[in-house]
Amino acid sequence: MSTGWYLAVSAIVFAIGAGGVTTRRNPLLVLVCLELMLNAGNLAIVAFARMHGATEGHVFALVVMVVAAAEVVVGLGIVVALYRNRVAVDVDELRELHG
Amino acid sequence: MDEILFFVAGIAAIVAAAGTVLLRNPFYAVLSLVVHLLSLSLLFLLLYAQFVAVVQVMVYVGAVMVLYVFVNAYVGGSEEPRGGSAPTLKMFSYAIAVTLAVTIGIAVLGTGLKAIDGAGPENIPASFGSPANIGELLLTKFLLPFEAASFLLLVAAIGAVVLARRRRGVLTGEERIVSAMDVLAPAGTGSMREGVGAINPNPGARSVRIAPSTGAGAPGESADPPARDTTEGTR
Repeated sequence: MSTGWYLAVSAIVFAIGAGGVTTRRNPLLVLVCLELMLNAGNLAIVAFARMHGATEGHVFALVVMVVAAAEVVVGLGIVVALYRNRVAVDVDELRELHG
Repeated sequence: MDEILFFVAGIAAIVAAAGTVLLRNPFYAVLSLVVHLLSLSLLFLLLYAQFVAVVQVMVYVGAVMVLYVFVNAYVGGSEEPRGGSAPTLKMFSYAIAVTLAVTIGIAVLGTGLKAIDGAGPENIPASFGSPANIGELLLTKFLLPFEAASFLLLVAAIGAVVLARRRRGVLTGEERIVSAMDVLAPAGTGSMREGVGAINPNPGARSVRIAPSTGAGAPGESADPPARDTTEGTR
C-alpha cells in the first residue's frame, strides 16, 4: 500500500476527532476525541517512517504516546475533581475559569 | 493480502472513530475508541512498526482505556442530552470538521511529493522498528527527549494526585490529612475547590468543615447551612 492511503486515513480520523472535540459536552469524551486526534498524528508519523525506511519516526510516535498518557492523567484528574466538587460535568456549564 | 488487511483495518478505524464521536452513551463511546485503537495497531503492523503496535495495545488498550472506563463509572456517565444548547453551532463544527478533512487531504495528497505514491523502500532491514533499534535510538540520539518524556510523566503523576486528592474541606470532622501540601497550599490560597466555591454556603469563611454528627454519607451534598461547622480560618 502506498503511503498516501495511510495519510488519507490519518486525515479523516483527525478531522473526525476535531469534530468530536468541538461538539462533545462531556469533558471525558472531549478527552477521548483528543485521543483520536493524537492517534491520527501517530499514524501519519509511522507511515512517514515507513516511507523513509527510518526507525526515528517510531521514537516520535512513542513520545506522542507518552504525552497522550500525561494528558489523560491530568485531564481525568480534573474531571474527578470537578465531580467531587459537585460541579456539573459539562463543558457548557463550566464557567469557573472565566476570570 | 496487504491491501485487504489495510482496507479492513482502515475502514474499521474510521467507523470506530465516527462511533466515538457520535455515540451518546459515554461507555459505548469509550468502547468504540478501543476498537479504533486495535485497528490502528493493525495498521502499525502493516507499516512494519511492530514495537509501536505492541506498545499501542499494551499502553492504550490496556492501561489508558481502563482508566477511562473507571473514571466513566465513577463519574456515573449519563447519556448526553439530546439537542444541546446550540444546534447551529453543532452543525457549524461538523462543517469545520469536513473542511478540515478536505483541506488536510488536499495538502497531503496534492503535493508534488513523489514518494507518497510509493510504499517506501522495498527491502527494509530486519532491524527496522525492532525494540533493539528503538532502544538504541532512545539512549543515544534521542536521549534528551527520552529524559524529558520521563520527567513529564513524573510531573503528570504528581499533578493527578494533587488534583484528585480529597481536600480538607470535604472531609468529615475527625479525618485530617497531614501532608506536605498543607504547608505548600494552606486554606484560603485559591485551591481548585475554593475557586469553584460552589459548595461553600458562607463565602466569607475561609474553609468549611462538615460536622461529624452529620454522618459520612455524601459529605458534599448541599445540606442546610446550620448542619455545617464553619470555622473562620482555623486549621
